[in-house]
Amino acid sequence: MYSPEILLTAVLNGLMTGAVYALIAVGLTLVYGVLHIINFAHGATLTAAMFAVYVLHAAFGLDPYLAMAVTVPGFFALGYAVQRLVIGPASHGDDGNILLVTLGLAIIIENALLVVFRSDTRSIDVPYGFAVIEVGPLFLSLPRVIAVFVVLLVALLLWLFLARSTTGQAIRAVAKEKMGAALVGIDVGHIYAVTFGLGAACLAVAASLLMPTFLVNPRIGNAFVLVAFTIVVLGGMGSIPGALLGGLFIGVVESLSGLFMGESLGQIGIFLIFILVLLFRPTGLFGAKA
Amino acid sequence: MSALRPYRAILLALALLALLPVLFTTGTVRNFLIFTLIVALAAQGWNLLGGYGGQFSFGHASFFGTGAYAIAILQARAGLNPWLALPVAVALGALAGAVIGTLAFRARLRGSYFALVTLAFAEVLRIVANVLPITGGAAGTLIRLNVDPLNFQFADRAHFYWVTLVFLGAAMVLVRALERGRFGARLVAVRENEDAARALGVDVLRVKIVAITLSAAITAVAGCLYAQNFLYLDAAIAYGPWISVEALLAPIIGGLGTVFGPLIGALVLHGLGELTKVWIGALTGGSVPGIDLVLFGILLIATVGFAPRGILGLVARLRMLPA
Repeated sequence: MYSPEILLTAVLNGLMTGAVYALIAVGLTLVYGVLHIINFAHGATLTAAMFAVYVLHAAFGLDPYLAMAVTVPGFFALGYAVQRLVIGPASHGDDGNILLVTLGLAIIIENALLVVFRSDTRSIDVPYGFAVIEVGPLFLSLPRVIAVFVVLLVALLLWLFLARSTTGQAIRAVAKEKMGAALVGIDVGHIYAVTFGLGAACLAVAASLLMPTFLVNPRIGNAFVLVAFTIVVLGGMGSIPGALLGGLFIGVVESLSGLFMGESLGQIGIFLIFILVLLFRPTGLFGAKA
Repeated sequence: MSALRPYRAILLALALLALLPVLFTTGTVRNFLIFTLIVALAAQGWNLLGGYGGQFSFGHASFFGTGAYAIAILQARAGLNPWLALPVAVALGALAGAVIGTLAFRARLRGSYFALVTLAFAEVLRIVANVLPITGGAAGTLIRLNVDPLNFQFADRAHFYWVTLVFLGAAMVLVRALERGRFGARLVAVRENEDAARALGVDVLRVKIVAITLSAAITAVAGCLYAQNFLYLDAAIAYGPWISVEALLAPIIGGLGTVFGPLIGALVLHGLGELTKVWIGALTGGSVPGIDLVLFGILLIATVGFAPRGILGLVARLRMLPA
């Protein structure tokens, strides 16, 4: 029915898309693992980061990849401030409240972008946008190959940070036992905010990886956020390796179901996986315990 | 008359609301009022499950859309009279609630997990409705214009408003009756402490499933009214996230788990939303889409942060109303 080249291309494309999904999911799962909250504003934050990359390019001609030098620290600071000043104080530590506060943030960000940029779809023209590299019989899109390597690099850096640095140790301590961490002198509020900042910084990287080949409009984040939720649930809530593997898997599922069922139904495969995992194995395929 | 006592406030509010189209005769204001009441009705459905039962659904679009599509399809494709199609559509909406509720609650999903799974169900329905031939796919479903009260279409916008008001009033009376009965007590017990409720002999799973079924039925009525009012549906309208968000915003901002919360929330939100749109529009000399929703988001965070019992809670705290 389909030649091996087409199938192989679909799988590779899926893996490359999946790498960016994985990065988005890593940000989400990191916040879940430490703060035990579902950040509904994750998709809207990604949209905001994509617009930041777009504006930096449109106003200053800054290359999307170089934009990371501005957006990554910027979004880290933004994430830190939002957790410290809005989510923390407004939610009084209650799960249901956090869900609603982050939903409120998502509504504000998405519609503020709509107010400023209107609903037009925008994209960035870069000379390498359609560049390909030849691997045997296959042609791979250069920006997407770059994306895979950057995601791997970010994952490695994040792992080193969490494993080796003092702040990383504190983050892991808070994730395991908040009360105990506070008792040994860790500033839990600060660690929460740092974690939230890291989640936002992951999105800034993802935005730079997406913009050379993707388009942006104020609602684009919604397309990613449910996918990211699926990946996080699939990989086990709070598990970073789970999010990486889950991201790649979902990328392939989307690519193959798009190939077999058509573009519009392609996403259904993802949501069905999402529902089935939630209903039958809410600890995730890779997560060991609740 | 003492049997009516608990319902006096509702009847009074309905009587006041019934006067509005007499005071406001322009089509714009009447359309705004109809839309606000439809939102309040959808929100009352959400409130039964979310406010009284503590189960926050992020996907009430599933029930709104099922009701809306069912009545539109039965009428447009099967030629059924909309008044006869209405109970069928509501039953289908309730069925959607029972199915989703049984699956989710049997799997012991609660909190964020329940919110996520309801959202996912709504998205699946949206994508399916966007491609199925029976829903008209991406082109949507159109109900033929045929103005006749027997056909659920009224020459006077005020008449449609009053019909909507009757359905809203019925839902408020139903919720008040449930609130005062055993079922309401069980539902609130489940919200406050599931384990304690179970220990006292409450069948938690059953209570939750009954609650989501009733909740879905009420929201499906709102979907039916929406379809009959606008005579057009597509997947993004019927199953879109907008209605899931509207349905939860109004009760939270008005007052969670109160009969009047959804109505007050919807009136305040959409009243402020319209004012903001007009005001900002006048300032900038054009329409600014999204500005009202920015305000809604701010109000949501402010309510959760500073007024967890919503506007009604604030009013009670200011002693303007005897608690």
